[in-house]
Order: sequence, then C-alpha cells, then structure tokens
Amino acid sequence: MQINSPQFKQRAHEALDDANLQRALGNLKAGFPHKRAQAVARMPEFDALRDQGRDLKNHILEHLDLYLEQFEGKVIENGGHVHWCRTSDDACRTILDICRQVDARTVTKGKSMVSEEIDLNDYLQKHGIRPVETDLGEYILQLRGDHPSHIIAPAIHLNLEDVSEAFHQHHQRPKSDDPAVLMREAREMLRKQFVAADVGITGANFLVAETGSTIIVTNEGNGDLTQTLPKTHIVVTSIEKVVPTLEDMSLFLRLLARSATGQEFTVYNTLSTGPRRPDDQDGPENFHVVLVDNGRSDMVGSQFQDMLRCIRCSACMNHCPVYGAIGGHSYGWVYPGPMGSVLTPQMIGIEQAALLPNASTFCGKCEEVCPVRIPLPKLMRHWREKEFEKHLTPRTVRYGLGGWSFFARRPALYRLLSRVSNQALRMLAGRKGRINRLPMAGGWTDWRDMPAPTGKTFMQQWKDKQRTNGEDNA
Amino acid sequence: MSRAEILGNIRRGLKRGSATEAQRQAVQNRLQARAANLIPARAQLPAAEQVALFKTMAREAAADLIELDSLDEVPSVAADWLRHNRVEELVCASDATLTSLNWAGTTDIRRETRVARAGDLASLTSCFAGIAETGTLMLHSQAESPTTLNFLPDNHLVILRTSQIVGVYEEAWQRLREATGGDMPRTVNMITGPSRSADIEQKLQMGAHGPRNLVILLVRD
Repeated sequence: MQINSPQFKQRAHEALDDANLQRALGNLKAGFPHKRAQAVARMPEFDALRDQGRDLKNHILEHLDLYLEQFEGKVIENGGHVHWCRTSDDACRTILDICRQVDARTVTKGKSMVSEEIDLNDYLQKHGIRPVETDLGEYILQLRGDHPSHIIAPAIHLNLEDVSEAFHQHHQRPKSDDPAVLMREAREMLRKQFVAADVGITGANFLVAETGSTIIVTNEGNGDLTQTLPKTHIVVTSIEKVVPTLEDMSLFLRLLARSATGQEFTVYNTLSTGPRRPDDQDGPENFHVVLVDNGRSDMVGSQFQDMLRCIRCSACMNHCPVYGAIGGHSYGWVYPGPMGSVLTPQMIGIEQAALLPNASTFCGKCEEVCPVRIPLPKLMRHWREKEFEKHLTPRTVRYGLGGWSFFARRPALYRLLSRVSNQALRMLAGRKGRINRLPMAGGWTDWRDMPAPTGKTFMQQWKDKQRTNGEDNA
Repeated sequence: MSRAEILGNIRRGLKRGSATEAQRQAVQNRLQARAANLIPARAQLPAAEQVALFKTMAREAAADLIELDSLDEVPSVAADWLRHNRVEELVCASDATLTSLNWAGTTDIRRETRVARAGDLASLTSCFAGIAETGTLMLHSQAESPTTLNFLPDNHLVILRTSQIVGVYEEAWQRLREATGGDMPRTVNMITGPSRSADIEQKLQMGAHGPRNLVILLVRD
C-alpha cells in the first residue's frame, strides 16, 4: 500500500471538510463505544481479565522464541508447514510460491490486516493470480480499488450510496438502498468464488503453541468458507500472535469480542490444526502458516515492546477523538488510530511517520480502554522523543520548544511573562471572557472560542496560599 | 535463514542467547499444566442453571432454540421447522446420533447424507458441546461430520443434548482433549448464533456468508 503518512496534515484537513466522511464516521462514534461499555458492564471481572491479559502477554514476550518453536513443531507434527518471513517481500514471495506449486489461478481471502501490511493483493495480481476478498467490507473496498480505514470495520468510511454504486457497477444489477438486499447480492456473487478458488488465505487472531492451531474470529463465516473449500489453506500471520494453551487463548477471546464490537462472543471462533485428516470428507489438503516479522522482533526488548501485546481489537481507535474526527485514511498507511501511531513508525520508519505520534491530544482514552493495558500515550511520546533526537521535528516546533526552555530556566522572567500574557488575554476577551480570534491560533478559534484565563496565575495563587498558611500558623 | 534471523533477533532483544533451563522449564510447565486463567463467575453454576443460562445466551445471539423431550422427536420437529420455512431438503451428517434417527412420516423432506454443496438449503448435524457462558456451540470435523455442513447451507440445524452443556470454554477444551486423546481435529468451530455483518454503515444484517438461521434442537437427557 502506498505510504501517505507524510501528508497527514493535509489529509486530515480534507477529511474534516468531507461531509460524506463525517456522516460515515458518525456511525462509528454512535456505535462502538456504547456497545463496548454495555458488554463491559455485564462482566464484573473485566478489569481483572485485562490485568491477566497484560501479564500473560508479557510472559509470552519474555519467552517468545520458545513459544514460536513449540508452535512450529506442533504444526509440522500435524502435517502442516511453517514459513518464517523477515520482510513483506519474503512473505509475498513465499505465498506466491505456494500458490504456484498448486497451479492456483484464483485465491479467496478472509480478512487479514497482515496481508494489507505486506500488500499481498497487489503482489499476487502482478504475478497473474486473482485475489478475491470475501469479508463484506473488504469486498466492497476491492470493487472500489480502496483500502481499509479501520482494522475491524474496514469500510467504515463509506455510506450506503457508495456501496450501492459499487455493486451496481460491478454486478450489473439495479441499485438498491436496502443494506439487506446488498448483502444478499454479495453473498450470491461470492458463493461461486468460494467454490472455485484454488487457495484460501486467512489471517489468524492467535496461534496456539500447545496444539499448533491457528484461530480466526469472524462474524460473517467468510473466513470459514475460505479455509475449508479450497485444496490449500494459507494462514498469513505475525510472530507476536502466539499464546501458550487453549486456556490462555480463551482469556484473550473473552477480552477481544467485548473490546472490539461489544459482543459477548464473536459468532465464529474457528481453530485450524494441520490439513484434513485421512478420513475427513472435506477441508484443505495442504496447510501453510506464514509467520511475518516485519520489524516486530526489533521491538522485543525495546521501549516499544508493550505494543506487541496488541490483540487488534480496535478499541483505541473507536474511542480516539482524533480518529473519530478524521477517519483512518488520514493516517496514510495500514494501521490507523493510536495503535497505528505506535506501529507505523516502526514499520515504515519514523522519517515518514513522524506526524502520527503527534496526532494525539494525550487524553488517555486509548490506554483506558485497551484490553491488554498498552500505555499508548507513553509509547507515542517515545516516538516524539525519537523524532526530536533525529531532528525531524519541524523548525517552528523546535523554535517554540527552545523559546519555552529559555524562559523555563529563568523563573522570574517566566512568571513575569505569564502574568503579562494572562492580563493580555483577559483584555482581549473583554467582558464575556471568551476570545473569538487569536493570532496564530486560527486552528482553534475558527471553530470555537478560546476561554480567557480567569483569576491569577498558578505562581501567584501559590504565593497567596503560602502567605495565608503562614498567617494560620502564627 | 529467516527463521534463524528472527529467533536470533528476538533473543538479542531479550538480552540472552538460547533460553536457560529454567526458562525452558517455565514454558513446558505452562504448556503441560493448561491451567485456567480467571473464570468469570457468571457460568459457575449447578448443571440445571447452566442449561438455563445457555438457552438465554443462545437466544440473545439470535439462535432459534427448540426444546425436545427426547432424541426421537428430532425428525418430526426438524421436518416441521423446514416445512414452516418452505425448505424441502436436508443434508445430514452421519454420526451415530444421526444414523439412529427414525424419519418415518417425513417423506416430503428429501434427505441426503454427504458434504455440503453451494446451493444447499439446510443441514442437520450434532455437536460436541454447548457452552453456557455465551450460548456457544462447539463442533469439530470428523469423518462423519464434515465442516462444510456448518457453513454452506442457508440453515443449520444442530442437535445438542443438555448433558453436553458445560459452563465455560475451559471445560469444553478439557472434554475435547479427553474425547480425542489430545489429537486436535483439523477444524474446531465455536458457533454463537447465525452469520451476520455490520459492514454497511454499521447496521447489523443477519446472514452474511454462513447460515442465515442457526436452529438448536435442545434434547433433555
């Protein structure tokens, strides 16, 4: 996928002015946070489960090499294959090789963000293999030549008319404004594809070391048809997804559905273990797991290790005021929102992604809802520090910080200045106490008034307080 | 090549070479103990209440749940449901539960025993367990019960006995290990209600790619 993260600011501006996008984003804000809150309220142990999820992920990461070796051994024991891929290129080439071995023409695909990360569709297409997305949202996007803007609701940036238009163009059927009719149409179209495909590619939510199983979590059932009907099933996934046992997987499943869609449980949780058994009547004859690294092993032991706990539930972006205002495409690459602002610099380089960790008010909501308690604001701050160290910070910001540190090191001057600007702002605000125009702060005052400071400065109040305390003691 | 690089990089990050004996032991212990993590209180109930919780949760997930007094009632109840929904054919699994059924009086329903094909309207299978916590069914692939029956047909009818209902996922895994001698089947499905999607404007629509209806025939035993 093309990297557009350096154009973040411009894209965010355009997104704010895009009435259709704003209407679509309204659906997100009206849905996910409320549903999650309801599901959490029904599970009194939820916070305790989150603590356990965090601790278990930390244990796994400390022993990641061992659990991966165990997982690999079990897959092989069950008759499957494991492919280790350092980069996106390695992974794409590996998958193409497997497809060629079985003379594949068409592959069906379940929803997989790792496949977006490695840009698999583009690669397969260039090499003469037709990938067909089967998740409803991903299918809509593929017809439009579009990319996901959200990790679990990929087409959240679209409205009904967009879907209707895309289907009308590609299915040669009359337009409909009924979502049920559109879904039936997609069901019918894709049914033929499921049966015709030579290879089925899915992602994985977790890899179970105990049994060598991969698991997918879906509501539609497309992933199941994708991995059951073709002769070859390829799982494309990443190294941090391994968990020790089925019991440990169950802990994460309890957290995942509630954090993601607010469901008690996702409709289909499906485990795949090796290829079909000799007396099975259906299921794939070949089973491949493609383990993608793509910078993740560099995060182990680094200040970003906590990010490897992520289970891709999307709660952080669903609750993020910045994501809610500008949508996922503004971020300019595969992973949007707070989790993306931490992952993207790791994967495409801070040089290209420096604006992303700055796209946060640090309100802390993302950390508050994270099922594995990733300190997302802290990790974004680490990236800002790296950005500063590498001299990537824009000159205006550097000058601003330099100016601030000049005064901060001269307390008397700092106090004088804050007293004067406090006064000035109050004068500007006049009697109503609000400022509706402020030089260099149009980004704020174009949309809302700036409240003027009330009362004295902090240092003045502090002094007064100490004086009264002194009098009390006397 | 990549394998060694990835594992080497992980070890470098962890500031160690190969794991110590103690670390290996910790991992083996965890894998062998298969200890449960925190289990929510919700489903830690006497058996009768687990059945009641299963029914509530399955219905909440939009499954159709019909209660039967014995296995003998399955053919007539299934046939009635199919007739009511204007379906005249049924593809069946062939495990012992299903082969024991007497289908007399349902000649209007065409029955076949095979894997599912695109265009099939209804299937009937048994299942391995019911999990009260979330009203979830557990099914697994085997020679007599192909996985396509659980996904391709428009309507999926599943026979569940009350004695198969457990409280939580962990109990179902334990039962599965016992039943299969630790050999995981190729596919294990945990199914909670019929297929759905909210990918168009976040409005929930039932029947995306899997069955539009999930009918649980709950047999008291």
